[in-house]
Amino acid sequence: MNTNRIGLSSGAPANFPTSPEEPAMCFDRATLAYGDRVVWSELSMTVPRGEFLAVLGPNGSGKTSLLRALLGLAPLASGSLDVLGGPPRRGNSAIGYIPQHAGFDRDVPLRGRDLVGLGVDGHRWGFGRLSREDRTLVQAALEAVAAGPYANEPIGRLSGGEQQRLRIAQALVGDPQLLLCDEPLASLDMRYQREITELIGGWARDRRGTVVFVTHDVNPVLGYADRVVFVVNGRWAAGPTDEVLTSETMSGLYDAPVEVLRVRGRIVVVGEASGAGFDIDEPHHFPEPARAHQ
Amino acid sequence: MIDQLLHLLPYAFVQDMLLAGILVSIVAGLVSRFVVARNMSFAVHALAEVGFTGSAGFILIGLSPVLGLLSGSLVTAFFIGALGLRIRERDAVVGVVMAFGLGLGVLFITLYTRYATEAFTILFGAITTVSQGDLMLLVVMAVLTIAGLGVMYRPLTFATVDPVVAEARGVPVRLISILFLLLLAAAVAEAVQVVGVLLILTLLITPGATAERLTAQPGLATVLSVGVALLATLGGILLALVTTVPVSFYVTTIAFACYLAARFVAPALGRFRAGSTDN
Repeated sequence: MNTNRIGLSSGAPANFPTSPEEPAMCFDRATLAYGDRVVWSELSMTVPRGEFLAVLGPNGSGKTSLLRALLGLAPLASGSLDVLGGPPRRGNSAIGYIPQHAGFDRDVPLRGRDLVGLGVDGHRWGFGRLSREDRTLVQAALEAVAAGPYANEPIGRLSGGEQQRLRIAQALVGDPQLLLCDEPLASLDMRYQREITELIGGWARDRRGTVVFVTHDVNPVLGYADRVVFVVNGRWAAGPTDEVLTSETMSGLYDAPVEVLRVRGRIVVVGEASGAGFDIDEPHHFPEPARAHQ
Repeated sequence: MIDQLLHLLPYAFVQDMLLAGILVSIVAGLVSRFVVARNMSFAVHALAEVGFTGSAGFILIGLSPVLGLLSGSLVTAFFIGALGLRIRERDAVVGVVMAFGLGLGVLFITLYTRYATEAFTILFGAITTVSQGDLMLLVVMAVLTIAGLGVMYRPLTFATVDPVVAEARGVPVRLISILFLLLLAAAVAEAVQVVGVLLILTLLITPGATAERLTAQPGLATVLSVGVALLATLGGILLALVTTVPVSFYVTTIAFACYLAARFVAPALGRFRAGSTDN
């Protein structure tokens, strides 16, 4: 088991300025494991309400698991986690969730409006039909993401960006306090990436909502993220973006020399090839860690 | 022919048959929407074929073939559920269970060769020959299945079209999968009475597949699916009453005609698929 970790200023929850209300989430020496495999260990981090947290790291490092822990779907092996003032629980309606973009089958009999409607009442038992108020909510959520014009089209026929807007509407229709986004920008082109980030960031700003944004590329969210947590190989580093994304911290996390460059307002992480081969042509992909020492 | 029908309609057994037909159609229309969306055609087939084994076994020991069918398909559903619910392993598990189940069926048929007609009935369906008592049993089963589907309709829809978000919103997706499998087993046992084991897909796939072609509106699709099942089943029963051809032939033909019409006629009608009203 790899228990090395780098605790930055977030190491102890008490280090953060106390807010008048409960923080949005508070990890305290939290360890998540699937059987023998430790995903991340002894994670301590507090995120005040209204903040935008970017979750970074290479594929398979446990970014999605962090969201599953917050959703109450992945119990911790040890340590504790509080979400919105209580332990994580399944079906918490104060949490909105945008899954990894998978795209809908072309012929699935579902319209954008129906997807958003499921966000309102899909979890309730019974046959049901949306009430007038619920339909008003759905319409408002559709309009908030400017999805009105295609809300009645079969969802499988829409572009990736349009489907993702509907996902946001589905997540926000219940007026959550916390929005969890799992790679919402994956497979979107630059224009859609900007639009989707702006929608999510705009919601957080206007509603003082808290955002947890899993992404393998920090650059699209640089203007929004208040803090980042970087997970790799069971280790983690958390804190303000400028403190975590430094050559020193990243080298420590990877146990190998890693250079963090700031080029024209973008952050580029490059490292020495360590078997996994860092792809310098695609600088936004964080290098895969060397796993030999595990 | 019409005269003949009007003459038959007042009879209690005809009315019972039509009542059973209506209820089975509602079950089939609802279930087929999810069978299509969840890619469960093969599971339907296995539930029906092992249902046949159950039915043969029950006849052998002098019990109701309808109950035998229900037992056979429920046991199969249990095995499929216990051995594998994940899509990747499901097909293999279904195949493994079905193969063994049919093997038992072979044994049972061999043991009761004297009742070859009954085996034929189960394989090809003949609601016109179901006994009065079994007809009532069928009605009760159908009502219970409709009630079960009604209770889980919304979370089942959510878990079917959007499983990841459904789970995040607290829908017990695994439990829903198992419950649906059990309801599917009951639906199979019911639909087999009308069209038989070998033609089961005509009631548990075709209505849902037809509806999907006509609209992207989920609620409307369910209504259309039930409509197609009703048309095929009631049409089949009525035609079979006044001719000598079995019910299942008519049911499959009507259902297939509906599907072809949906494939080739509906697109010509233009905007039907998109749906333009809210909800």
